[in-house]
Amino acid sequence: MKKGLAVWSVIGAVCLVMTCGFPAGAADDVIKIGVIGPMNFMQGKGHWGGAVMAMEEINAKGGVQVGDKKMKIEVIKADSNEFLSITDATNAMELLLTRNKADFVVGGFRTEAVLAMQDVAMDNKKIFIGCGAAHPELCTRVAKDYNRYKYFFRGTPFNSMFLVKTCFIQMATVAGILKQTLNIPKIKVAIVAEKQVWADPMVAATQKTLPQLGMEEAGVWRPSQTATDVTAELSAIQSSGAHVIFTIFSASVGITFARQAGELKIPAAQVGINVEGQKEGFWDATQGMANYVMTMNTYARDVEYNELTRPFVDEYIKRYNEVPTYNADTYSAIVSSIVPAIEKAGSLDSDKVVQAIESGVPHKVASGIIDYIKDEEGRPLHELRWGPGYLTSLGVQWQDGKLVGVWPNKWKPAEGAPEITYKGIVPYKIAPWIIEKYKK
Amino acid sequence: MILDIIISGLISGSVYALLAIGFSLIFGVARIVNIAHTAFYMLAAYCIFFVTQKAGLHPLLGMLAAFVIVTLLGLLAYKLFIDPIREHEGAVLIGTIALAIAMQEVMLLLFSGDYVSVPSLIKGYFAISGVKVFYQQLLTFGMVLVVLFALWVLLMKTRLGLAIRSTAEDREVANLMGMNDSRVAMTAMGVSVGLAAITGAVIAPLTILTPFMWMHPLIMMMAVVVLGGMGSIKGSFAGAYILGFAEALVVFLIPKGAFLKGSVALSIMILVLLIRPEGLFGIAFEEER
Repeated sequence: MKKGLAVWSVIGAVCLVMTCGFPAGAADDVIKIGVIGPMNFMQGKGHWGGAVMAMEEINAKGGVQVGDKKMKIEVIKADSNEFLSITDATNAMELLLTRNKADFVVGGFRTEAVLAMQDVAMDNKKIFIGCGAAHPELCTRVAKDYNRYKYFFRGTPFNSMFLVKTCFIQMATVAGILKQTLNIPKIKVAIVAEKQVWADPMVAATQKTLPQLGMEEAGVWRPSQTATDVTAELSAIQSSGAHVIFTIFSASVGITFARQAGELKIPAAQVGINVEGQKEGFWDATQGMANYVMTMNTYARDVEYNELTRPFVDEYIKRYNEVPTYNADTYSAIVSSIVPAIEKAGSLDSDKVVQAIESGVPHKVASGIIDYIKDEEGRPLHELRWGPGYLTSLGVQWQDGKLVGVWPNKWKPAEGAPEITYKGIVPYKIAPWIIEKYKK
Repeated sequence: MILDIIISGLISGSVYALLAIGFSLIFGVARIVNIAHTAFYMLAAYCIFFVTQKAGLHPLLGMLAAFVIVTLLGLLAYKLFIDPIREHEGAVLIGTIALAIAMQEVMLLLFSGDYVSVPSLIKGYFAISGVKVFYQQLLTFGMVLVVLFALWVLLMKTRLGLAIRSTAEDREVANLMGMNDSRVAMTAMGVSVGLAAITGAVIAPLTILTPFMWMHPLIMMMAVVVLGGMGSIKGSFAGAYILGFAEALVVFLIPKGAFLKGSVALSIMILVLLIRPEGLFGIAFEEER
């Protein structure tokens, strides 16, 4: 009896190991792409939405040509829960690579979490295309230790140094419009940045840059990123006489600030980064008080960087009933980087695919042209190139419930350079209460 | 600026007062440290969101629904999770933490983590010497006064209030006098959660809704209660306005350090406790009860 029990136990254990050790399905026929992100939040939904679109589009065309056989794509959802726990994020990445046997990974949002997830992916020598975090360190690691970090590529957005540069250009554009329209001799700028690490260097850079742009600093306010009441800050900003509010928000304070500023009709134009303001739900979240708020963004309805933008944005809106956020560039990461590289390499081998991705740039995507820059010593960074003709992003403004593109509009990147205006860009609008306050 | 600080302090203080008074009540009566108190506040806010934004009904109806549903849920939670372990204060503490997290996860599943909001009951603002105040903020302040008055009437002028006060004073004696302390505790729980629901209802239009919105108010509410003296309604009221004004002072006097407002408020609490460990209106020793 005891012997029988022991035999059955061994058989049971073997079955259990077999079941757990081998994933279901015919693993040889599919390319598994892990999509990792905070799936209960807008960012993760964007990651997933873009990746599903890419999978369906590629599979509908018959799949990916890998050597002499066609392989379908399967996307695997992994909730990183990275807003709340970085450990959850690394665990999710570990499971994706070891249990789900993902061949490639796209996604990630918070720099702190992506840095940790990056290490897990590198340990497993799997290609990870980041589609959310902007910190330069993610790519500096590639240059410093290429053999270990070469499997990481930045998919979107361009790094925070370029983000700041773009924001300053957009702020100067708005300041110029206010100055010209309302005859304001010197523009005063209130810097309002959430208290997060990523915003600290941006505040310092803004303070340094304002005098160079011919503007004056009205003050710096640092509310908590989750502040639910900023009326005190708004009263102080109004008292400071600021004409422009340069916002640096990635979290919920962006909604609170826009809503309360709109309700109180604070006579200063909001420009900068407001991540919540990039989303379709922002209008409802602010109860329609976000009119005239401007923020940097990647996509807007009816705005085209090139001929690939419109089909992507329109299809995304058709499927999900909202404009894609930059996190949905998991679509481009799969369609324009991973798949062509696999076909070129004729293999799923990470080292071969890395080489194919590196040699596959520049290439066109829905948000511009992807190219990778090198560091000062000429080492590969796998970092996106910013600038006219490559990636610039957009300046978008809420106008009567619609998020429209307002920048670049006749933007001259350099003296003598041709003006840039993307198709579908409309003029920037000044809030009526600002006009009322300053119009002489 | 002084007017700014006064108005801002009054508004923040009122919110903390509404939450802290409910928390104090149930602690004072039944010695229940209900960590899930602000989670009920979060539930009420989502209830209004559902009624107004999903069902398209009037915010007043949402407020009413929030009050009724959340109070019933509070009573159910008491009966199922708190009452059986009521004698073990540590277990109640941990149990209510678990309850709060469970509520958060359910809301996350139902509504996702996206930030949402609800419309104000009264839209617009008015200005006092250039300081702009939302009507909804005024409503919150008014609601605190009404709730406090109603609570005072309930506690001081009714037989139920007498029972609640007696139980808070000495549970064993109250029991010997024929009062069912379990029923009194349950009633106090209903009133307490009802207050959390009212707070959620009046605050929801002024804030951003997320399933995690219960955490920050919990810390501030605990600070208020400890500062005022555990179980003292009068102390909670005073503590709420002290911390509310401390926050306003930080925002206006140190704009770059606006994010420090919570930390400064908590430091004041620690400072008061160093001088008066029982809190402003607390009782130093259990024997004094």
